[in-house]
Amino acid sequence: MRVYRADLHTHTVLSPCGDLEMSARNIIDAAHAKEIDILGITDHNSTLNSQMIKEMGEDEGLLVLTGAEVTTREEIHCLCFLENRDELEEFQAWIEDNITRIPNSPQRFGYQVVVDSEDNIIDEVEYLLIMSLSKTIDEVERKVHELNGLFIPAHVDRSVNSILSQLGFFPPGLKYDAVEVTPYTEFETLSKNHPVIGNLPYIRSSDSHFLHNVGKVSTGLLLNELSFSEIRMALAGEGGRKVVH
Amino acid sequence: MKLKELIESAGLEIITGGTGLDRDVTGGYTSDLLSDVMGNSREGQVWITMQTHMNVIAVATLKEHAAVIFVSGNRPAADVAEKAVAEDLTLLATNDEAFTISGKIYSLLGK
Repeated sequence: MRVYRADLHTHTVLSPCGDLEMSARNIIDAAHAKEIDILGITDHNSTLNSQMIKEMGEDEGLLVLTGAEVTTREEIHCLCFLENRDELEEFQAWIEDNITRIPNSPQRFGYQVVVDSEDNIIDEVEYLLIMSLSKTIDEVERKVHELNGLFIPAHVDRSVNSILSQLGFFPPGLKYDAVEVTPYTEFETLSKNHPVIGNLPYIRSSDSHFLHNVGKVSTGLLLNELSFSEIRMALAGEGGRKVVH
Repeated sequence: MKLKELIESAGLEIITGGTGLDRDVTGGYTSDLLSDVMGNSREGQVWITMQTHMNVIAVATLKEHAAVIFVSGNRPAADVAEKAVAEDLTLLATNDEAFTISGKIYSLLGK
Protein backbone atom coordinates (compact mmCIF):
# COMPACT_ATOMS: atom_id res chain seq x y z
CA MET A 1 0.00 0.00 0.00
CA ARG A 2 1.11 3.54 -0.53
CA VAL A 3 -0.20 7.05 -0.22
CA TYR A 4 -1.70 8.50 -3.41
CA ARG A 5 -2.36 12.23 -3.80
CA ALA A 6 -5.96 13.16 -4.65
CA ASP A 7 -7.38 16.49 -5.78
CA LEU A 8 -11.07 15.71 -6.00
CA HIS A 9 -12.45 19.12 -6.94
CA THR A 10 -11.59 20.51 -10.39
CA HIS A 11 -13.61 22.49 -12.91
CA THR A 12 -13.14 22.39 -16.67
CA VAL A 13 -14.06 24.70 -19.53
CA LEU A 14 -17.60 23.38 -19.11
CA SER A 15 -18.15 25.37 -15.92
CA PRO A 16 -19.03 28.96 -16.85
CA CYS A 17 -16.52 30.17 -14.28
CA GLY A 18 -13.88 27.67 -15.44
CA ASP A 19 -11.06 29.31 -17.38
CA LEU A 20 -10.90 28.49 -21.09
CA GLU A 21 -7.46 27.03 -20.47
CA MET A 22 -9.09 24.28 -18.40
CA SER A 23 -9.03 21.77 -21.25
CA ALA A 24 -8.62 18.05 -20.70
CA ARG A 25 -5.03 18.00 -21.94
CA ASN A 26 -3.98 20.99 -19.84
CA ILE A 27 -5.66 19.71 -16.67
CA ILE A 28 -4.07 16.26 -16.98
CA ASP A 29 -0.63 17.79 -17.64
CA ALA A 30 -1.04 20.10 -14.64
CA ALA A 31 -2.06 17.15 -12.45
CA HIS A 32 1.04 15.21 -13.52
CA ALA A 33 3.24 18.22 -12.85
CA LYS A 34 1.89 18.44 -9.28
CA GLU A 35 2.25 14.66 -8.78
CA ILE A 36 -1.47 14.13 -8.43
CA ASP A 37 -2.57 10.49 -8.80
CA ILE A 38 -6.34 10.95 -8.46
CA LEU A 39 -8.30 13.81 -9.96
CA GLY A 40 -12.01 14.56 -9.46
CA ILE A 41 -13.70 16.32 -12.38
CA THR A 42 -16.52 18.29 -10.86
CA ASP A 43 -18.12 20.87 -13.11
CA HIS A 44 -21.16 22.74 -11.86
CA ASN A 45 -24.20 20.54 -12.40
CA SER A 46 -22.80 18.65 -15.36
CA THR A 47 -20.76 15.49 -15.83
CA LEU A 48 -20.34 15.93 -19.58
CA ASN A 49 -16.58 16.49 -19.72
CA SER A 50 -15.63 14.00 -17.05
CA GLN A 51 -15.90 10.65 -18.85
CA MET A 52 -13.62 11.77 -21.68
CA ILE A 53 -10.99 13.02 -19.22
CA LYS A 54 -11.24 9.73 -17.32
CA GLU A 55 -10.50 7.78 -20.49
CA MET A 56 -7.55 10.02 -21.32
CA GLY A 57 -6.19 9.65 -17.79
CA GLU A 58 -6.43 5.85 -17.89
CA ASP A 59 -3.68 5.66 -20.49
CA GLU A 60 -1.43 7.90 -18.42
CA GLY A 61 -1.66 6.46 -14.92
CA LEU A 62 -4.04 9.12 -13.65
CA LEU A 63 -7.26 7.94 -12.00
CA VAL A 64 -10.07 10.37 -12.77
CA LEU A 65 -13.25 10.30 -10.69
CA THR A 66 -16.24 11.26 -12.82
CA GLY A 67 -19.08 13.32 -11.46
CA ALA A 68 -20.20 16.87 -10.81
CA GLU A 69 -20.46 19.59 -8.20
CA VAL A 70 -24.21 19.65 -7.75
CA THR A 71 -26.11 22.68 -6.47
CA THR A 72 -28.99 21.51 -4.30
CA ARG A 73 -32.28 23.32 -3.89
CA GLU A 74 -30.86 24.96 -0.76
CA GLU A 75 -27.94 26.19 -2.92
CA ILE A 76 -25.44 23.90 -1.24
CA HIS A 77 -22.57 22.62 -3.38
CA CYS A 78 -21.97 18.85 -3.15
CA LEU A 79 -19.33 16.74 -4.87
CA CYS A 80 -20.97 13.67 -6.38
CA PHE A 81 -18.94 10.84 -7.93
CA LEU A 82 -20.21 7.89 -9.96
CA GLU A 83 -18.01 4.92 -10.73
CA ASN A 84 -19.20 3.68 -14.11
CA ARG A 85 -20.45 5.16 -17.33
CA ASP A 86 -24.02 3.82 -16.97
CA GLU A 87 -24.48 5.37 -13.55
CA LEU A 88 -22.84 8.58 -14.68
CA GLU A 89 -25.22 8.88 -17.61
CA GLU A 90 -28.23 8.17 -15.41
CA PHE A 91 -27.06 10.82 -12.98
CA GLN A 92 -26.54 13.31 -15.83
CA ALA A 93 -30.09 12.68 -17.07
CA TRP A 94 -31.42 13.18 -13.54
CA ILE A 95 -29.60 16.51 -13.25
CA GLU A 96 -30.97 17.64 -16.61
CA ASP A 97 -34.50 16.72 -15.54
CA ASN A 98 -34.22 18.67 -12.29
CA ILE A 99 -32.14 21.77 -12.92
CA THR A 100 -33.90 25.12 -13.04
CA ARG A 101 -33.40 26.21 -16.63
CA ILE A 102 -32.58 29.75 -17.57
CA PRO A 103 -30.51 30.57 -20.66
CA ASN A 104 -26.81 31.15 -20.11
CA SER A 105 -25.40 34.53 -21.02
CA PRO A 106 -21.76 33.74 -21.92
CA GLN A 107 -20.79 37.41 -21.79
CA ARG A 108 -21.86 37.58 -18.15
CA PHE A 109 -21.13 34.12 -16.81
CA GLY A 110 -18.68 32.55 -19.25
CA TYR A 111 -18.80 29.84 -21.89
CA GLN A 112 -20.06 26.33 -21.09
CA VAL A 113 -18.47 24.04 -23.60
CA VAL A 114 -18.24 20.28 -23.92
CA VAL A 115 -14.92 19.33 -25.52
CA ASP A 116 -13.24 16.22 -26.87
CA SER A 117 -9.77 14.92 -26.05
CA GLU A 118 -8.21 17.23 -28.64
CA ASP A 119 -9.89 20.36 -27.26
CA ASN A 120 -12.42 20.58 -30.06
CA ILE A 121 -15.72 22.05 -28.93
CA ILE A 122 -18.36 19.42 -29.57
CA ASP A 123 -21.30 21.05 -27.78
CA GLU A 124 -22.29 24.15 -25.86
CA VAL A 125 -24.71 23.89 -22.95
CA GLU A 126 -27.41 26.53 -23.47
CA TYR A 127 -28.90 26.66 -19.98
CA LEU A 128 -26.99 28.21 -17.09
CA LEU A 129 -25.12 25.53 -15.16
CA ILE A 130 -24.75 27.50 -11.95
CA MET A 131 -28.48 27.36 -11.25
CA SER A 132 -29.76 25.01 -8.57
CA LEU A 133 -31.60 21.72 -8.86
CA SER A 134 -35.16 21.50 -7.57
CA LYS A 135 -33.96 18.60 -5.39
CA THR A 136 -33.06 18.94 -1.72
CA ILE A 137 -29.67 17.93 -0.34
CA ASP A 138 -31.33 14.81 1.09
CA GLU A 139 -32.70 13.87 -2.34
CA VAL A 140 -29.32 14.45 -4.01
CA GLU A 141 -27.59 12.30 -1.40
CA ARG A 142 -30.14 9.51 -1.88
CA LYS A 143 -29.81 9.61 -5.67
CA VAL A 144 -26.02 9.41 -5.52
CA HIS A 145 -26.15 6.44 -3.16
CA GLU A 146 -28.89 4.73 -5.16
CA LEU A 147 -26.34 4.83 -8.00
CA ASN A 148 -23.64 3.50 -5.65
CA GLY A 149 -21.70 6.76 -5.81
CA LEU A 150 -19.82 8.95 -3.34
CA PHE A 151 -21.42 12.00 -1.75
CA ILE A 152 -19.13 14.70 -0.33
CA PRO A 153 -20.53 18.14 0.60
CA ALA A 154 -18.08 20.74 -0.78
CA HIS A 155 -16.17 23.42 1.16
CA VAL A 156 -18.44 22.94 4.17
CA ASP A 157 -16.81 25.79 6.11
CA ARG A 158 -17.16 28.42 3.37
CA SER A 159 -19.42 31.44 3.86
CA VAL A 160 -21.33 30.84 0.60
CA ASN A 161 -22.93 27.76 -0.97
CA SER A 162 -21.99 25.48 1.91
CA ILE A 163 -23.96 23.31 4.32
CA LEU A 164 -23.08 25.68 7.13
CA SER A 165 -23.99 28.91 5.30
CA GLN A 166 -27.26 27.54 3.94
CA LEU A 167 -28.42 25.22 6.71
CA GLY A 168 -26.57 26.49 9.78
CA PHE A 169 -25.43 23.06 10.93
CA PHE A 170 -24.90 19.54 9.59
CA PRO A 171 -28.18 17.64 9.21
CA PRO A 172 -27.68 14.47 11.25
CA GLY A 173 -29.67 12.20 8.93
CA LEU A 174 -27.50 12.55 5.82
CA LYS A 175 -25.08 9.82 4.72
CA TYR A 176 -21.81 11.63 4.16
CA ASP A 177 -18.96 9.67 2.57
CA ALA A 178 -16.69 12.55 3.59
CA VAL A 179 -16.78 16.33 3.88
CA GLU A 180 -14.56 18.73 1.99
CA VAL A 181 -12.94 21.42 4.13
CA THR A 182 -11.14 24.51 2.79
CA PRO A 183 -7.43 24.99 3.55
CA TYR A 184 -8.34 27.87 5.88
CA THR A 185 -10.04 25.86 8.62
CA GLU A 186 -8.66 23.33 11.09
CA PHE A 187 -10.86 20.24 10.94
CA GLU A 188 -10.46 19.65 14.67
CA THR A 189 -11.90 23.10 15.44
CA LEU A 190 -14.77 22.56 13.02
CA SER A 191 -15.66 19.10 14.28
CA LYS A 192 -15.52 20.25 17.89
CA ASN A 193 -18.33 22.69 17.12
CA HIS A 194 -20.14 20.20 14.89
CA PRO A 195 -20.03 16.72 16.44
CA VAL A 196 -22.09 15.27 13.56
CA ILE A 197 -18.94 15.30 11.42
CA GLY A 198 -16.59 14.33 14.24
CA ASN A 199 -16.10 10.77 13.01
CA LEU A 200 -16.23 11.52 9.29
CA PRO A 201 -13.22 11.60 7.00
CA TYR A 202 -12.43 14.96 5.48
CA ILE A 203 -10.67 15.93 2.31
CA ARG A 204 -9.06 19.11 1.05
CA SER A 205 -9.01 19.97 -2.63
CA SER A 206 -8.08 22.80 -4.94
CA ASP A 207 -11.54 23.73 -6.30
CA SER A 208 -9.56 24.81 -9.37
CA HIS A 209 -11.10 27.12 -11.92
CA PHE A 210 -7.68 28.12 -13.27
CA LEU A 211 -4.85 25.90 -14.45
CA HIS A 212 -2.25 27.12 -11.99
CA ASN A 213 -4.43 25.92 -9.09
CA VAL A 214 -4.83 22.29 -10.21
CA GLY A 215 -3.29 20.04 -7.57
CA LYS A 216 -2.28 22.97 -5.39
CA VAL A 217 -4.36 21.49 -2.57
CA SER A 218 -4.73 17.74 -2.22
CA THR A 219 -5.45 14.89 0.17
CA GLY A 220 -3.44 11.73 0.79
CA LEU A 221 -5.20 8.39 0.41
CA LEU A 222 -3.53 5.19 1.59
CA LEU A 223 -4.57 2.60 -1.01
CA ASN A 224 -3.52 -0.78 -2.30
CA GLU A 225 -3.99 0.34 -5.89
CA LEU A 226 -5.63 3.12 -7.89
CA SER A 227 -9.34 2.35 -8.13
CA PHE A 228 -12.73 3.78 -7.22
CA SER A 229 -13.45 0.92 -4.81
CA GLU A 230 -10.11 1.46 -3.03
CA ILE A 231 -11.03 5.14 -2.56
CA ARG A 232 -14.41 4.11 -1.20
CA MET A 233 -12.62 1.83 1.29
CA ALA A 234 -10.21 4.60 2.29
CA LEU A 235 -13.07 7.01 3.04
CA ALA A 236 -14.81 4.30 5.05
CA GLY A 237 -11.52 3.41 6.79
CA GLU A 238 -11.77 -0.25 5.75
CA GLY A 239 -9.06 -2.87 5.28
CA GLY A 240 -6.24 -0.58 6.37
CA ARG A 241 -7.06 1.95 3.66
CA LYS A 242 -7.48 5.46 4.98
CA VAL A 243 -7.30 9.19 4.46
CA VAL A 244 -3.90 10.57 5.47
CA HIS A 245 -3.36 14.19 6.47
CA MET B 1 -50.37 41.40 17.45
CA LYS B 2 -51.38 37.81 18.12
CA LEU B 3 -50.17 35.28 15.59
CA LYS B 4 -53.70 34.13 14.80
CA GLU B 5 -54.75 37.71 13.97
CA LEU B 6 -51.73 38.05 11.69
CA ILE B 7 -52.60 34.78 9.95
CA GLU B 8 -56.12 35.99 9.23
CA SER B 9 -55.12 39.50 8.12
CA ALA B 10 -52.29 38.36 5.87
CA GLY B 11 -54.25 35.42 4.48
CA LEU B 12 -51.74 32.77 5.53
CA GLU B 13 -52.33 29.06 5.27
CA ILE B 14 -51.78 27.02 8.42
CA ILE B 15 -49.66 23.90 7.88
CA THR B 16 -49.16 23.15 11.56
CA GLY B 17 -50.93 25.12 14.27
CA GLY B 18 -50.12 24.27 17.84
CA THR B 19 -50.25 26.42 20.92
CA GLY B 20 -48.21 29.15 19.20
CA LEU B 21 -51.31 30.62 17.57
CA ASP B 22 -51.95 32.65 20.71
CA ARG B 23 -48.40 34.04 20.86
CA ASP B 24 -47.51 37.67 20.34
CA VAL B 25 -45.58 38.44 17.17
CA THR B 26 -42.82 40.96 17.84
CA GLY B 27 -41.55 41.35 14.29
CA GLY B 28 -40.31 39.47 11.27
CA TYR B 29 -37.07 38.26 9.73
CA THR B 30 -36.74 37.45 6.03
CA SER B 31 -33.78 35.29 5.00
CA ASP B 32 -32.95 31.97 3.35
CA LEU B 33 -29.51 31.52 4.88
CA LEU B 34 -29.88 29.58 8.09
CA SER B 35 -26.53 30.73 9.41
CA ASP B 36 -27.77 34.32 9.04
CA VAL B 37 -31.09 33.52 10.73
CA MET B 38 -29.31 31.81 13.60
CA GLY B 39 -27.05 34.81 14.06
CA ASN B 40 -29.43 37.71 13.60
CA SER B 41 -33.11 36.86 14.06
CA ARG B 42 -34.81 37.27 17.42
CA GLU B 43 -37.33 35.54 19.65
CA GLY B 44 -40.97 36.20 18.84
CA GLN B 45 -40.38 37.05 15.18
CA VAL B 46 -42.02 35.32 12.27
CA TRP B 47 -39.34 33.91 9.97
CA ILE B 48 -40.10 34.33 6.29
CA THR B 49 -38.21 31.94 3.99
CA MET B 50 -38.37 29.66 1.00
CA GLN B 51 -36.12 27.08 2.68
CA THR B 52 -38.09 24.00 3.67
CA HIS B 53 -35.26 21.81 4.93
CA MET B 54 -35.58 19.94 8.22
CA ASN B 55 -32.94 22.22 9.74
CA VAL B 56 -35.46 25.09 9.55
CA ILE B 57 -37.42 23.46 12.37
CA ALA B 58 -34.36 23.26 14.60
CA VAL B 59 -33.35 26.85 13.93
CA ALA B 60 -36.86 28.25 14.48
CA THR B 61 -37.21 26.28 17.70
CA LEU B 62 -33.78 27.33 18.92
CA LYS B 63 -34.50 31.00 18.20
CA GLU B 64 -38.04 30.74 19.62
CA HIS B 65 -39.65 32.23 16.55
CA ALA B 66 -43.41 32.78 16.67
CA ALA B 67 -43.79 30.90 13.38
CA VAL B 68 -42.13 30.06 10.08
CA ILE B 69 -43.77 31.32 6.89
CA PHE B 70 -42.87 29.48 3.68
CA VAL B 71 -43.19 31.73 0.62
CA SER B 72 -43.77 31.37 -3.12
CA GLY B 73 -45.93 28.28 -2.73
CA ASN B 74 -43.17 26.22 -1.13
CA ARG B 75 -44.38 23.54 1.25
CA PRO B 76 -42.27 21.38 3.59
CA ALA B 77 -42.12 17.60 3.23
CA ALA B 78 -44.31 15.52 5.53
CA ASP B 79 -41.46 14.56 7.86
CA VAL B 80 -40.59 18.25 8.34
CA ALA B 81 -44.20 19.10 9.24
CA GLU B 82 -44.31 16.14 11.62
CA LYS B 83 -41.19 17.41 13.36
CA ALA B 84 -42.81 20.84 13.72
CA VAL B 85 -45.86 19.27 15.34
CA ALA B 86 -43.59 17.39 17.75
CA GLU B 87 -41.80 20.65 18.60
CA ASP B 88 -45.08 22.60 18.83
CA LEU B 89 -43.86 25.01 16.15
CA THR B 90 -46.35 26.83 13.95
CA LEU B 91 -45.69 26.49 10.21
CA LEU B 92 -47.49 28.77 7.77
CA ALA B 93 -47.47 29.12 3.98
CA THR B 94 -48.31 31.67 1.33
CA ASN B 95 -48.17 31.86 -2.44
CA ASP B 96 -46.82 35.42 -2.10
CA GLU B 97 -43.16 36.02 -2.76
CA ALA B 98 -40.94 37.01 0.18
CA PHE B 99 -41.01 40.73 -0.71
CA THR B 100 -44.79 40.88 -0.86
CA ILE B 101 -45.54 38.99 2.33
CA SER B 102 -42.78 40.81 4.18
CA GLY B 103 -44.38 44.11 3.14
CA LYS B 104 -47.83 43.01 4.22
CA ILE B 105 -46.62 41.85 7.63
CA TYR B 106 -44.49 44.96 8.08
CA SER B 107 -47.62 47.08 7.57
CA LEU B 108 -49.80 44.90 9.78
CA LEU B 109 -47.32 45.10 12.64
CA GLY B 110 -47.29 48.88 12.30
CA LYS B 111 -43.55 48.96 11.76
